[in-house]
Amino acid sequence: MKILVCITHVPDTTSKISFTDNNTKFDKNGVQFIIGPYDDYALARAVELKEQHGGTVTALNVGEAETEPTLRKALAIGADDAIRINVFPSDAFFVASQIAKVAKEGNYDLIMMGRESIDFNGGIVHSLVGEMLALPSVSPVMSLDIEGSTARMTREIEGGKEFLEVPLPLVAGCQEPIAEWKIPNMRGIMASRTKPLEVIEPEKVEEGTTVKTFELPPPKGEVKLFEEDKIGELVDELINKAKVI
Amino acid sequence: MSVLVFVEVDEKEIKKSSLEAISYGKALEDDVLAICFDKVDHGAVESIGKAGAKKLIQVTNEQLAVPNIMAYSSAIAEAFDQNGCSVLVLAKSSLGDPVSARVAIKVGASVVSNVSGLSEGSGEFVVDRSIYTGKALAKTIVKGDKKVITIKKNTVPVREDGAAPEVVDFQPTLSDGDFVVKVTKTEKTTGEVLLPEADIVVSGGRGMGGPEKWGILEDLAKVLGAATGCSKPVSDMNWRPHHEHVGQTGIKVSPSLYIAVGISGAIQHLAGVNSSKYILVINKDPEAPFFKAADFGIVGDAFDIVPKLTEAIKAKKD
Ligand SMILES: Cc1cc2nc3c(=O)[nH]c(=O)nc-3n(C[C@H](O)[C@H](O)[C@H](O)COP(=O)(O)OP(=O)(O)OC[C@H]3O[C@@H](n4cnc5c(N)ncnc54)[C@H](O)[C@@H]3O)c2cc1C
Ligand SMILES: Nc1ncnc2c1ncn2[C@@H]1O[C@H](COP(=O)(O)O)[C@@H](O)[C@H]1O
Repeated sequence: MKILVCITHVPDTTSKISFTDNNTKFDKNGVQFIIGPYDDYALARAVELKEQHGGTVTALNVGEAETEPTLRKALAIGADDAIRINVFPSDAFFVASQIAKVAKEGNYDLIMMGRESIDFNGGIVHSLVGEMLALPSVSPVMSLDIEGSTARMTREIEGGKEFLEVPLPLVAGCQEPIAEWKIPNMRGIMASRTKPLEVIEPEKVEEGTTVKTFELPPPKGEVKLFEEDKIGELVDELINKAKVI
Repeated sequence: MSVLVFVEVDEKEIKKSSLEAISYGKALEDDVLAICFDKVDHGAVESIGKAGAKKLIQVTNEQLAVPNIMAYSSAIAEAFDQNGCSVLVLAKSSLGDPVSARVAIKVGASVVSNVSGLSEGSGEFVVDRSIYTGKALAKTIVKGDKKVITIKKNTVPVREDGAAPEVVDFQPTLSDGDFVVKVTKTEKTTGEVLLPEADIVVSGGRGMGGPEKWGILEDLAKVLGAATGCSKPVSDMNWRPHHEHVGQTGIKVSPSLYIAVGISGAIQHLAGVNSSKYILVINKDPEAPFFKAADFGIVGDAFDIVPKLTEAIKAKKD
């Protein structure tokens, strides 16, 4: 089985976000980058599926040279090889077009992604790739098992879940508890240094959107504390001032 | 130019987020059409009209009774083209997200997701998009003549001034390819407020001590008509179902009021709640980081305070 796992290179979940150049650029100063947490679930499950069924796992990122340590980490976790499409990932449609081309040429049985990136939060790249390749796409996937040429999955929906059967090939946007995050071991880290990492140049594609400027939300005011015997006053405030209950 | 809005139904009612999507559409263009895959009753049709839709396109196909992303996308794309629409608006959801992307490719539209503000400016079509899990927003130019926009909850207030819409039946052209994803079973809680839709959320963390202690939170949620949520460790330990887990790796909520009980306020949890209008924190540790992100707070033991709060609300509401 050939599996493609698409990973993002994103600020660590505890990062403070700020911008430079008149709020037109993300400020990378002091920020640690990681594999997107959802992509990490996808990668972990991909490695497990490979262990069960044989085959290969290819990690793919659309990004500039700075993302290579993140791809190396995916190799250390268990991907066999990696591809970097050498371009800034500016827009969901643009990224999906790049991924779709590689996915098509590589004839993968399974294309795994995270349910969403934690920088763009679009939650749509998997569905875009699915439609571009006329393949089914399912997200957010909480469990995924392969039997022959069929995938059995559970998908989270509001207030519950769906149980699905889908023929391969397909695109899956993953989330927990599909697998436990894998921490690279020493052997993996050593091996990752020599595993192939191919850099390819992007397709010419017109973006659907461009960011004009970034903004930070206004800072939160001071919290208003109520003593335990003043709960009535709090309730008054919620009813009459905030008007939320 | 017309705007098409995909409308979702939950337990026979039009989802509030879909009514918000209609009102969003109405703010863009006068001519708003809604499309819906459930047979809805008179009251539901009326609410669609009030929110701003002139026409309801009703798909009554037995095969589509269970939500089907690929078939819904084909049907919506067909309706979009047939009615000469320029914009599709959807509410962000487990159905709205994938449908938005698929329709965008089918009709050749630009797609933008997680929109938290209306379009502004003349000439360019610029929307506010929530990024970095609510820690920032991007003023985003959406290019091209056709656009697909997925909006976050609480982006616009629901209008209530529209007239009853015309209802038309629509039979989309579907192919076998639209039915390759087989839903073999659906498990869904009924009779409860859906967390992503809720106007008030009552959430519990590890500080609650165990699943058997959730009664006081459920009582509070009940008097408020609120949904219940939880922190990640709580769902990891199976104290509560996964679909209640709020945060960076869980559900992102944007209610009018988020009540956090026994949750420390780790940055990954805050990422899921930072677009709430008001936050009330109840925690026995005055140093809990959540207080920094809160509007209102009570320092104390949840098991003393929550029942008192519930009683106080009951008393004032009667
Ligand atoms: C990549 C990543 C992603 C993550 N994603 C998420 C996410 O999506 N959502 C999420 O929630 N977490 C997430 N986490 C975990 C997060 O970092 C915290 O560990 C978690 O939020 C802590 O949960 P908690 O506040 O319930 O528990 P704790 O941190 O243990 O806090 C319990 C709180 O309860 C208070 N307390 C105890 N007893 C009482 C009492 N009787 N009355 C009142 N208060 C009491 C304590 O003072 C304390 O503040 C993520 C972590 C990582 C690394
Ligand atoms: N630049 C990228 N390179 C590789 N994969 C990506 C990239 N951007 C998004 N993806 C994949 O698409 C998923 C959904 O992203 P998004 O639609 O941005 O929320 C992510 O979890 C990744 O698996």
